[in-house]
Amino acid sequence: MNITINGEVAAFPGDPSVADVVGHLGLSDGGIAVAVDGAVVPRGCWSTRLIDGAVVEVVTAVQGG
Amino acid sequence: MVNPVSDQLRIADREFGSRLIMGTGGAANLDVLQRALVASGTELTTVAMRRVSAGATAGVLDLLRRLDISVLPNTAGSRTAAQAVLTAQLAREALGTAWIKLEVVADERTLMPDAIELVDAARRLVDDGFVVLAYTNDDPVLAARLADLGVAAVMPLGSPIGTGLGITNAHNIEMIVAGVTVPVILDAGIGTASDAALAMELGCDGVLLASAVTRAADPPRMAAAMARAVQAGWLAAGAGRIPKRFWAHASSPEADVTATAGKCWPPI
Repeated sequence: MNITINGEVAAFPGDPSVADVVGHLGLSDGGIAVAVDGAVVPRGCWSTRLIDGAVVEVVTAVQGG
Repeated sequence: MVNPVSDQLRIADREFGSRLIMGTGGAANLDVLQRALVASGTELTTVAMRRVSAGATAGVLDLLRRLDISVLPNTAGSRTAAQAVLTAQLAREALGTAWIKLEVVADERTLMPDAIELVDAARRLVDDGFVVLAYTNDDPVLAARLADLGVAAVMPLGSPIGTGLGITNAHNIEMIVAGVTVPVILDAGIGTASDAALAMELGCDGVLLASAVTRAADPPRMAAAMARAVQAGWLAAGAGRIPKRFWAHASSPEADVTATAGKCWPPI
């Protein structure tokens, strides 16, 4: 299926979960949050399976403000 | 509001020993940022929320944690209430804090708050249990509306973000201070130490600045200056300054002035 991650479309085999997507980005733990189709998915729900065409945003804190 | 008697800056249910809130944007690297933050004595510092790059490490968060500085995420980059609300929710999830600096700007050139989107976002976030520190313009009416909505602090700009123009409308800032009971934090446009001191003398409870320090030639030195300026302004604000007078008012006594013997000096 095709998932849009941070604005870029990526093809994922099988049935990826939110956790799979975060892992795919090779991110260190902590300080990260995920939204799927405009809604925040809490860390406790990262095992949720994504549907084809899902738009995922993975964000963290950076210098700014 | 009138400066409280306590030395501490009180926002919502927290107290801070420093009335200087720092931003992290614009610093050339984490090392100079660290030295500036330490020199500033700040206890609360803002970060922005952005898409993660692959393999990224949590540099700025680690830094703030090591320095024992509380993190205040902001919604910088948001143009609409919907964006700001989602960003705030992501920040709460990522950082485990319900505190948010709400910043919703209208355009890139002015970076002025979009009042309509700001009020909408503030209402939604307050209803969702956030502790909202609302970045606003210097309109006392808008500030009062935000306070009525239940924001924890109003943060009027002195001048647009990054301009270093200082406080362009001191009277408006004074009206804001007089018109709300929540803390007033002067936020944006500070250029140098005297601007920060003035903000406090106008009655603000604190100052938030980033560019004035991070983009200065010597950020740690400017941060040290800002720490002293905020303290100086706060002390002066509570010291009961003399009024401004049109005519001179001698500080030395007028009576018993030594008489001279006319123009014979030196004695022949």
